[in-house]
Amino acid sequence: MNAVLYSISQFIALSVVQGTPLLFGSTGEILTEKSGNLNLGIPGIMYIGAISGIVGGFFYQRTGYIIPMLAIIIPLVCSLIGSLLASLIYCFLTVTLRANQNVTGLALTTFGVGFGNFFGGSLIKLTNSDTPNLTLPYIARPYKAHIPLFEGTWFGELFFSYGFLVYVSIALAIIVTIVLKKTRVGLHLRAVGESPATADAAGINVTKYKYLATCIGGMIAGLGGLYYVMDYSNGIWSNNAFGDRGWLAIALVIFAVWRPSIGIAGSYLFGGLYILYNYMTVSMQLQPIMQMLPYVVTIIVLITVSLRKKRENLPPASLGLSYFREER
Amino acid sequence: MNTQDNVSALRLEHITKTFGSIVANKDVDLQLRYGEVLAILGENGSGKTTLMNMISGIYHPDEGQIYIKDQLVSINSPKDAFEYGIGMVHQHFKLVDVFTATENIVLGIKEKGRFSIKRSAAKIAEICGRYGFDLDPNKKIYEMSVSEKQTVEIVKVLYRGADILILDEPTAVLTPQETDKLFNVIRRMRQDGKSIIIITHKLHEVMEISDRVAVLRKGEHIATVETKDVTESELTDMMVGQKITLNIERTLSENTPDRLIVSGVSMTNKEGVKVIDDISFSAKAGEILGIAGVAGSGQRELLELIAGLRTPDCGDITYVDPSTGNKVDLRKKTPMQIRDLGVRLSFVPEDRLGMGLVGNMDIIDNMMLRTYKNGNPLFLDRQPSRVLANDIIRSLEVVTPGATTPVRRLSGGNVQKVLVGREISSAPSVLMAAYPVRGLDINSSYTIYNLLNAQKKNGAAVIYVGEDLDVLLELCDRIMVICGGTVSGILDGRTAEKQQVGALMTKKKEARQ
Repeated sequence: MNAVLYSISQFIALSVVQGTPLLFGSTGEILTEKSGNLNLGIPGIMYIGAISGIVGGFFYQRTGYIIPMLAIIIPLVCSLIGSLLASLIYCFLTVTLRANQNVTGLALTTFGVGFGNFFGGSLIKLTNSDTPNLTLPYIARPYKAHIPLFEGTWFGELFFSYGFLVYVSIALAIIVTIVLKKTRVGLHLRAVGESPATADAAGINVTKYKYLATCIGGMIAGLGGLYYVMDYSNGIWSNNAFGDRGWLAIALVIFAVWRPSIGIAGSYLFGGLYILYNYMTVSMQLQPIMQMLPYVVTIIVLITVSLRKKRENLPPASLGLSYFREER
Repeated sequence: MNTQDNVSALRLEHITKTFGSIVANKDVDLQLRYGEVLAILGENGSGKTTLMNMISGIYHPDEGQIYIKDQLVSINSPKDAFEYGIGMVHQHFKLVDVFTATENIVLGIKEKGRFSIKRSAAKIAEICGRYGFDLDPNKKIYEMSVSEKQTVEIVKVLYRGADILILDEPTAVLTPQETDKLFNVIRRMRQDGKSIIIITHKLHEVMEISDRVAVLRKGEHIATVETKDVTESELTDMMVGQKITLNIERTLSENTPDRLIVSGVSMTNKEGVKVIDDISFSAKAGEILGIAGVAGSGQRELLELIAGLRTPDCGDITYVDPSTGNKVDLRKKTPMQIRDLGVRLSFVPEDRLGMGLVGNMDIIDNMMLRTYKNGNPLFLDRQPSRVLANDIIRSLEVVTPGATTPVRRLSGGNVQKVLVGREISSAPSVLMAAYPVRGLDINSSYTIYNLLNAQKKNGAAVIYVGEDLDVLLELCDRIMVICGGTVSGILDGRTAEKQQVGALMTKKKEARQ
């Protein structure tokens, strides 16, 4: 009995680990989309967040004196700065210059992936490594440290087996939910995403809200990349390993109908579906089909939501549109 | 009472505002007292809304001063206006659909203390109780009727502590019962010491609700009078003014058979409002039939019905074929078939490029929107369109770098010339033009009038929807006046008086009796 419970909790724990990058990404994207910015650059920003953390960690590890606190803070700050800069590019193009959001976002994703692979490749060259990857074990160790409670039991496995970023991701999702629902700032932000003209007439600085939401959202998403390289893959960077997780995060936004609280459960469901093939006897050829499951679920949610036509479940009304003040 | 009261809630002096070459307001003086309802009366385009937008901070006057409580102020944004206690309720509501009434009302306010929707809702309930509004603070906007949305807008203004309220045509969207309710609320606000400006062009409402009336005409302030001292006909006279001679050519029409017969047509829009109510008329070949009426009386819907873009609830629309004399029922035809018969709709709504032309396409390609089905089924033949485009540019003096310039780069007048030029190029038998000279300068306007006259000489039935009564009276052979979706009279353009038309435009009930 206990053994069954243990393996179930192990599966859930793996789903959580797999889902956490998605949770960061979707929380960031929800915050961004609530301001009316459809940031399809999120996959790229997550790459940039990951490689920025790696770069910071790499040079810190080279010094040879590793203090766990600094091993956390340096990559964390580098990651935040990297994704902030990437988000600023997006904001400047779409909010200030009013460029098309889809095109800008897709370009940013292409750029971010290339940026990550370029610097990843360069660092690998620097190390003269035989394998096409880069390892930062001393940096990753504090990221992977977990609270030593109930070790070896299903309870400990389920709740205390994670690095601190997992708890950060849950906390952020809850904080964003509260901000959006319960505060004046959240009300103003939602108004900007629904009807910028109304918000503008009410004296809300639309540009400021769009910039802030998109930049903070981008930084949250970037943490997903950092979590992936430092915790999930044990401080190992190899090019393109992050895969399609950024797109899954965007799919998760739709799945969660723009609510970060639903995003928590949704990300773990997606994570579980993503690794489900390990628990089933399917041939190698069918594995990609199994990994499609999260997208299939998203499409089903999209259809259900469209059929129910509940206004609260629809995307922000001016999502993807630039705001021109002159157009009254 | 002395009109030069020492202290007034709001005073405007010598306000002038121009948009390019168009003068929207010229040297306007206006005074609003404490605790009064001031009606601002004027035709469409008389500058009422522009004037109010300057008070509420949307525009800034080019010249003149605004005094609030005898303090000279400069109002640069809606936020400034709020701070001076001015609140404007626009015709088009600015509300977030998925928010509740309360969320919309508190939007953008920086109140002291912790943010609490509940406390705000209680304050809103208190305001509603005081003035007699009927409003559920927790109802979402998208579940509300137009009247409820308007209530939210008014409460929003009151919540911010406004003591000068400006209502821009508040009754245009309301049923008579809802209007009565609104007027009761306005009276209670007046008792509470608030000053209220109400913009309207419905005379009976002016008489019913206002203490004084300010009349605007063509951007100028004509007079402000005590409501109890004037009659409706005196107000009409002030509103339309003396007739101005424009010297628009008008040839005598002879031999004018019916070309288009509309009888007993009614239509309900998707909000369930009867926008067209039992309209009957006929358009004759070789004449210009003018349609007069305040904006939104059903002109647009009527033309769209004839063009086949909408379906009437009942009634007949019959077209008489000029070559055979056969009667054709237009109701059973698609818009494409109707157009092929020679019925052309040249529609100029506020956004010119919306229905007639594609902004990003050049003049030649826009010509092809009418003729793309001709010729080779696989490849387009641009040559005829190129010839036509160049013809129009030459004959109508369209100012453009060339025929391959996207039309959105042209000025309003030139866009209009391209549109009208295309519509008449195929020698239509019925030409419908709605507000074809809106926003055009004098010269371009005369070009359009001449084009319409040329069509009339060619034997087309021309239907001209206009807003300037002077133009209608000089251009049209007959003038059909509509009011609230019904025909309130059909007058002879040569003998009709301006006052007569003005009166018919605003008096629906009397005409129906």
